[in-house]
Amino acid sequence: MNLSILILLPLLTALAVLLARNNNQVRWISFAGATAQFILAFVLMYLFREERIAGSTQQMLFEQQYNWFPSWHISFHMGVDGISVAMILLTAFVVLAGVLVSWNVTKMTKEFYFLLILLSLGAYGFFISLDLFILFFFLEIAVIPKYLLIGIWGSGKKEYSANKLALMLMGGSALVLVGLLGVYFNTPARSFDLLLLSDTGISREAQMICFPLLFVGFGVFTALFPFHTWVPDGHSSAPTAGSMFLAGISMKLGGYGCLRVATLLMPEGAKAYSTWIIVLSSIAILYGAFATMMQKDLKYINAYSSVSHCGFVLLGIGMLTQTSMTGAVMQMVSHGLMTALFFAVIGMIYERTHTRQVSEMGGLLKVMPFISTVLFIVGLCSLGLPGLSGFVAEMTVFVGSWENPDPFRRVATIAACLSIVVTAVYILRAIGQTAMGPVKESYLHLTDARWNEKLAAIILIFGIVAIGTAPFWLSDLINPGTELIMQKIKMVP
Amino acid sequence: MNELLTIMKSEWVISLLIFLLLFIKLGKGMKNESLLLLIQVLLLLNFIGGFFFNTEGSLFAGMYHSTALIILQKNILSLGVYLISLLFADWFKRSEHLTEYFILMLSALLGMFFLISSGNLLMFFLALELATIPVAAMANFDLGKKISSEAAMKMILSSAFSSGILLFGISLVYGATGTINFAELPAQMNNGPLHILAFVFLFTAFAFKLSVVPFHLWTADVYEGAPMATTSFLSVLSKGAVAFIFISTLNKVFLPMQEIWYNMVMILSILTMIIGNLFALRQQNIKRFLAFSSIAQVGFILVGVSGKEPESTASVVFFILVYLFSNLAAFGVAGIISAMTGKENVNDYKGLYQTNPFLSWVLALALFSLAGIPPTAGFFGKLFLLTAGGTKASYLFITIAALNMIVSLYYYLRVIRAVFMDKNEEPVEKLVVNPSARLGLLICGAGILLTGILSWVYDYIQSLC
Repeated sequence: MNLSILILLPLLTALAVLLARNNNQVRWISFAGATAQFILAFVLMYLFREERIAGSTQQMLFEQQYNWFPSWHISFHMGVDGISVAMILLTAFVVLAGVLVSWNVTKMTKEFYFLLILLSLGAYGFFISLDLFILFFFLEIAVIPKYLLIGIWGSGKKEYSANKLALMLMGGSALVLVGLLGVYFNTPARSFDLLLLSDTGISREAQMICFPLLFVGFGVFTALFPFHTWVPDGHSSAPTAGSMFLAGISMKLGGYGCLRVATLLMPEGAKAYSTWIIVLSSIAILYGAFATMMQKDLKYINAYSSVSHCGFVLLGIGMLTQTSMTGAVMQMVSHGLMTALFFAVIGMIYERTHTRQVSEMGGLLKVMPFISTVLFIVGLCSLGLPGLSGFVAEMTVFVGSWENPDPFRRVATIAACLSIVVTAVYILRAIGQTAMGPVKESYLHLTDARWNEKLAAIILIFGIVAIGTAPFWLSDLINPGTELIMQKIKMVP
Repeated sequence: MNELLTIMKSEWVISLLIFLLLFIKLGKGMKNESLLLLIQVLLLLNFIGGFFFNTEGSLFAGMYHSTALIILQKNILSLGVYLISLLFADWFKRSEHLTEYFILMLSALLGMFFLISSGNLLMFFLALELATIPVAAMANFDLGKKISSEAAMKMILSSAFSSGILLFGISLVYGATGTINFAELPAQMNNGPLHILAFVFLFTAFAFKLSVVPFHLWTADVYEGAPMATTSFLSVLSKGAVAFIFISTLNKVFLPMQEIWYNMVMILSILTMIIGNLFALRQQNIKRFLAFSSIAQVGFILVGVSGKEPESTASVVFFILVYLFSNLAAFGVAGIISAMTGKENVNDYKGLYQTNPFLSWVLALALFSLAGIPPTAGFFGKLFLLTAGGTKASYLFITIAALNMIVSLYYYLRVIRAVFMDKNEEPVEKLVVNPSARLGLLICGAGILLTGILSWVYDYIQSLC
C-alpha cells in the first residue's frame, strides 16, 4: 500500500471543501473524506497484519522514499510499524466522529471544516513520517489550525486560550527543533532519517543534551508537568470538534514523539533521565486528578483528567520496560478515543442546556437517555472499568511499571495507582449530578441526540469496547514496535 | 559580441529602461494608467529576460564580475521590483510623478546590481551610494505629508553617516594592505589590530544598511514616514542586496578573520533578534510593526550568515527569496488598505475577514510565512537558516534563535487575531482590489506556498553556491 494516499486524501478533501458551493456540500464532502480515510485506516491495518503474518520482520512496512532537499539529506521517507498503525486508526476514528459532531456549525462552515481536515492531515503525516524533518513539518502544520479553531469558533476567553496554546506548542516545537538539529549535527551521516539514525547511534554527550530537549519539547504537546497549563484553557475554550481533535489526536503527537523519536534514538539519554520523567509524570497524574476534583465545569473536568491520563503515557515511557511502553501506546489510543467521546458528549449537552456547570444540571437521563448513557459509558471507561479500554491500558502500564524492581519506581507506581481512586470520585460525582436526580423544568423539552451525534458516539464507543474486550489485537500490533525500542535500551550498559 | 555588452547585460537593460522612461517623461502624452501598464510590462520583460543570454565573467580588471549565483540574485531583485509595480498600483495611479518614481527605483536597482557584482571596494562604495540615495528621494514621494519628508531626511542623514564610516574603513583597508581588490585582499588580511579596526568599520557600514541592532534606529521612522511602495522596496530589496554582498564579502574577502567576524555576527544576531522582537510587540502602526519585525528577520538572516559555506550562502539567498514574497505580500495588503482608506493601524484591521476575505487570507499567509510556520516557505527558509547556522554554532545560539521564533509568533498572531477574531463596529469596507494588485498578491501567495515545498528551488540555489 502506498502510504502517501493517507496524506493525499485529506489534502484532496480539504481542497474539495474549499471549492464547495454551500454548507451542505461542505459537510458531505468532509464526511465522505473522513469515511474514506476511516476505511483506508482499516485497510492499512488489515494489510499490515497480512504482511506480518506472512513473515515480514522488517522494522517498518510499506516504506517509501522520495528525494526532498537532497542537499540537506532530507527525503520524504514514509513507513509504518504497529505503533503508527494504531495511531492512524485512532486518528481516523476521532476525525470521523469530529466531522459528524460538527454538523451544526453554522459560523463560517467552510473554513471550519477546512481547518479540521488540515489538522487531521498534520496528524496523519506525522504518524507515517520516518524522516525527522517531515515529522517536524507535520507537527507544526497542525499548530495554526488549532489556533484559528479555538480563536474563531471557541467560547469563553477564547483569544487568550488560543494564544496560550499556540505559543506553548510553538515553544515545544522550538525545543524539538533544537533537539533535532543537535541530532542532525552529531551523527556522521548528517541525516534526519529515523532508521538510519537509530542504526548508527548518537554519541553519549549529544544524547545527554538532545534527549531532554526532544522529550520536553514533545512533552509540551502531551501535557508534561509543568508545561500542561495550555491543556485546561485550550480544551475548555475550543469548539467541540476542536477539543476532540486536541485531546484525541494532538496530545498524542507528543507521546508518539517522545517514544518514537526521543526514546528510540537516544536510549542512553532515556535511561539517564528516566527518574525525572517518572517524577514529573507522577506529579502530573496525581496533580491532574486532584485538580479535577475541584472543577465544576464539565469541560474543565475532562481537560484536567486528560492531564492525569496523559501522565500515564509518559509514566509508561519513563519506566522503560516493554510492557509499560506497550501500555503507554495503548493508553494513547484508549485515552484518545475516550476523551474524544467525552468532549463530544459534553458538546451535545452544552448545545442543549447552554451550560457546562455540573451544579446547574440534573436528571438528564430522563430527557436525553442516549446522551446520558454515552456519558455513563465514557465515565466508566475513564475510571477504569474492566471491559472498556481505559482499564486495559492503565492496567498494562501498571503491570509494566511493577516489572521494574527498583524501589523508587515501585513507589511511583503505587502513587500513580492511587489516582484511580480519585478518578472514581470525580467521575461518579460529575456524572451522578448531571444525569441523575430530579429534572429541571427548563430542561423538560430538550431533545435527544440526532443521527449524526448518535453515529459519532457509536463509532467511538465501538473503538472503546473493542479495545476493552479484545485488547490482544491492539497489543499484538504494538508489541513488535516497543520490543525494538527495548532492544536498544537493553544494549545500553 | 563585445564582452562589455554581454557580461553586463542586466545593467545595460536597466539603463535602457531608465532612458526609455526619461523619454516618455519628456513626451508627456500618456495617462497614468497606461503608463503604469507599460512599466509593468517592461519590468516583467526585464525579469524574464534576466534568465536568458547570461554570460559569466569579469570586467575592468576584476572590478566587476558576474557568476551564475550573482545573476540569480539579480533576478530575485528584478522580480521584487516587478511585484512592487503590481502591488501598489492604486497608489501609483494617483501619483503625479509616476515616471520619476520608477526612474529613481530603477536607478537604485542599477546600483544594487553593481553592488552585488562589485569586485573592488571602490566599485562597492559607488554602487552602494547609487543604491541608497535614490531611495531617500523615493521616501519623499508622499508629497503632501510632512512625515514623508522627515523620513527622507532621516534616511539621507543616516546613510551619509554610514557612508562616512564605510569610506574610513576602506581607507584603513587600503592603508593596511595596499589593495582594495576583493581578489587580492584575502592574502593580505590577517588578525592585526589595524586590519581588525578596518574590518569593524566596514562591518558597521553593512550593519547600518541591514539595520542590525544597534544601528537600527533610523529604520522604524523611515519605514513609517515613507510611502508604502518605498518602504517595501527598502525592507525587501535594499536589505536583500546588501545581505547578498555582505555574505559573499565575509566569506571571500574576510575569510582570514573568520573567528572574529563569527563572534561579531553571533552577538549582533542575538541582539537584533531580541530587540527587534521586543519592539515589535507593542507597535500599533502596521508599518512600524513590519519595520521591527523585519529587523528581527535580519537577526535571523545573520544566523544563516554565521554558518559554513556553501550552506550559509544558499540558505541566505533562499531566505531572501522567501522573505521577498512574504514581506511584499504583507506590505501589499497594508498598502492596498492604506491607499484606499488611509487606515494604517493594527486596530483598524479588526474584522477585516468579514469584509475582505481575500486580503485577509493573503495577509495571514504572509504573516505565517514570516513567523516560519509550515507549509509556507518561511518555515523552510527559517529552518535552513538555523541548520546552516548549526554547521558552526553552539546549542545556545540556536536555542536563542528558536525561542525568538515564539516571540515573533506572538506579535504576528496579534494581527491575525485582529483580522479573524476581533469584532469591529466599523471594519474596513469591502474594497475593490485593482486587478494588477490582485495579480501581485496571487504571485506572492503562490510564491509563499510553493517555493518551499518544491524542493528544486532550494536545490537550484544550492547548486550555484
